[in-house]
Amino acid sequence: MLRTFKLGGIHPPENKLSANKKVETLALPEIAYIPLAQHIGAPATPIVVKGDFVKVGQLIAAASGFVSANIHASVSGTVQGIESIVDTSGYARPSIAIKVEGDEWLDSIDCSNALQEEIRLSASEIISRIAEMGVVGMGGATFPTNIKLAVPTGKKADVLIINGVECEPFLTADDRVMLERGEELLVGIRVLMKSLNVSKAIIGIENNKKEAIAHLSSLAKRYSEISIQPLKVKYPQGGEKQLIKATINREVPSGGLPIDVGAVVQNVGTALAAYEAVQKSKPLIERVVTVTGLTHIDPSNFRVRIGTPISQLIEKVGGLPECKVKVVSGGPMMGKALSTASSPVTKGTSGILIMADDLALRPVKSECIRCAKCVSVCPMGLQPFLLNKMSMRKMYPELEANRITDCIECGSCSYTCPAGIPLLDFIRNGKGNVMQIMRSRKK
Amino acid sequence: MEKQFIVAPSPHIHGEYSTQRIMLDVIIAMLPAWAVSIYFFGLGAVLTTLIAVVSCVTFEFLIQKYLIKGPVTILNLSAVVTGMLLAFNVPTNISPLIVVLGSLIAIGVAKMSFGGLGANMFNPALVGRVFLLISFPVQMTSWPLPSLARTEYLDAVTGATPLGVVKEALKAGKPISEIYSSIPSYMDLFLGNMGGSLGEISALALLLGFAYLLIRKVITWHIPVTIVATMILFTGILWGVNPQKYMDPLFHILTGGVLLGAIFMATDYVTSPMTLRGMIYYAVGIALLTVIIRVWGAYPEGVSFAILLMNAVTPLINKYVKPNKFGEVVKHG
Repeated sequence: MLRTFKLGGIHPPENKLSANKKVETLALPEIAYIPLAQHIGAPATPIVVKGDFVKVGQLIAAASGFVSANIHASVSGTVQGIESIVDTSGYARPSIAIKVEGDEWLDSIDCSNALQEEIRLSASEIISRIAEMGVVGMGGATFPTNIKLAVPTGKKADVLIINGVECEPFLTADDRVMLERGEELLVGIRVLMKSLNVSKAIIGIENNKKEAIAHLSSLAKRYSEISIQPLKVKYPQGGEKQLIKATINREVPSGGLPIDVGAVVQNVGTALAAYEAVQKSKPLIERVVTVTGLTHIDPSNFRVRIGTPISQLIEKVGGLPECKVKVVSGGPMMGKALSTASSPVTKGTSGILIMADDLALRPVKSECIRCAKCVSVCPMGLQPFLLNKMSMRKMYPELEANRITDCIECGSCSYTCPAGIPLLDFIRNGKGNVMQIMRSRKK
Repeated sequence: MEKQFIVAPSPHIHGEYSTQRIMLDVIIAMLPAWAVSIYFFGLGAVLTTLIAVVSCVTFEFLIQKYLIKGPVTILNLSAVVTGMLLAFNVPTNISPLIVVLGSLIAIGVAKMSFGGLGANMFNPALVGRVFLLISFPVQMTSWPLPSLARTEYLDAVTGATPLGVVKEALKAGKPISEIYSSIPSYMDLFLGNMGGSLGEISALALLLGFAYLLIRKVITWHIPVTIVATMILFTGILWGVNPQKYMDPLFHILTGGVLLGAIFMATDYVTSPMTLRGMIYYAVGIALLTVIIRVWGAYPEGVSFAILLMNAVTPLINKYVKPNKFGEVVKHG
């Protein structure tokens, strides 16, 4: 029997249109705009100035503060300066603009295709190398990986869970990584295991990626400590808490972290980045991005240098249609609608979804009929209809008591609501306010 | 390439459910029961249903457009459902004026005066039915006999329902063996060959509708199954204690409006609890009240009253019965 999480969840049409498309390498941009904030936490501090010549892989902005990540040049060329660019968050934020000249890599990076299987670095060296190379969670949350690997004192990890779920409809980047980079991925997983000092790793993969399951299962025969766990297709199984529940049946306590139940979760893309960082000295300067949509375009997967304008990806698959269009960075459930296609690809860009015509619009809203579908689909066991109402009325103490901070913003409630009520809009708003109140109380 | 994009927060896709589609599914699920009713009662079943549906929709339209002066939402089909359910709850040979009045009470009082769909406390069709039952007790309890009434409408030959027959006979102190011989066979009860309200007679047809609603995920099994299971348990105990005084559980399930109420009315989204656990408490309440009214009350049938009473308890259940939250019970696997 396929495993899955118990509470709530939905099954939107999968639409994995680009699943069979091999990853193509996208041409270099003319100018790369590399945002200083590509991760959760404080933006990095630039260490290059206008006119500097940088090579691919060179550190151009250093992590500043506890939660932050290094940023490296993804292209070689001349730094044009720090420009304000509207990024995928929708806000104009400082980015380092590099005019591309050739493709010159740092000598320290091992660019060969040879599989580097032997892990020479110690656990602490791995973690500092991963920090140095600017690796962050590539599933979308972009949490600096080294922090997640540094288990706090008093806590102990006993299992590493690799997130190959890719439960968002349309996205196929992780699927392709598992199919095309399987051997490197497995070494990456062993690197992460060594850094955590755990003897067990489980790769959770949804059953709609049968090829990836079969491929990794046969590759993993070499490593008895790594197992593949096929999972029933159900959104939001890629959520950390849901994935832990699905794979090892442990429930992260409300307000807690995976490490509280001995688990660390890392995305497939992150594990590959860890391989490249640790075994090849290659910083996180490129990633696989799915470009897709139910339009005239040709859904594809690309290996893209960080800083490439999204418009270049869109042009590559056939451009934008004439009609009303919504361009989403990420999947249709949790992705962000872009205000401009000139925003650059960052470490967290898993996909670009082009939605045209009526698909781009929200359903018309009507009255709540109290069908309770939102309650039954909530993977956190919350009552979205109630949180929505309380958020509208700014009832913050009641929201806190009803655990609004547990909301993982998966959007299952809004997706399901037959009345077309955008439940998550208000819940998100209320959650933000409640978290602010909770923080100010702690001070 | 600079082009105005549509920007909105996630999620960016929406599921197949809409209020209109759900109501349409409920209507589709009621069609088998309606068909059986037309087979046994003929013209009366067709006319009564049409009158109820047309008057419910008309009242909703008039009230929304001219009284509330708000948006008209008859296209969501909820008034059609109310009309059909009201018709399902009355004898087929009832006067059209009574049906129109019932529709006015259902839509005007039970639904619109609370603020329309989603805001009503009580199931509108049941409020309409209970109003009619209290106001027109004779017309509401003169049931046309199946098959005999196919072509007659208002002046159809009438008789009592099996529940009514049993209630009278038990009151008169008749022996249980004699009672059994004066009611239709269980197969007739299952297929719908008995006197009764328009939509309640055929267990088979109602179960078909139930299956459709489950497949379409319009409702979950919790309320209907719990009502039936609790009734079987409760009436089973009574029957076990004294089979000379109480009817067996199967009789209770197949007669009256148990299945109609359990499948189509107790499951009304608006007036039933929001959590699965809450639904179970609510359903147990309905079943207990139904049996109490049937066995010890003045009326032979109690489903409508039981559901309305539990409708009143729903807000309380919603307040105290919360879903199990993720991460509340920490288990190590």
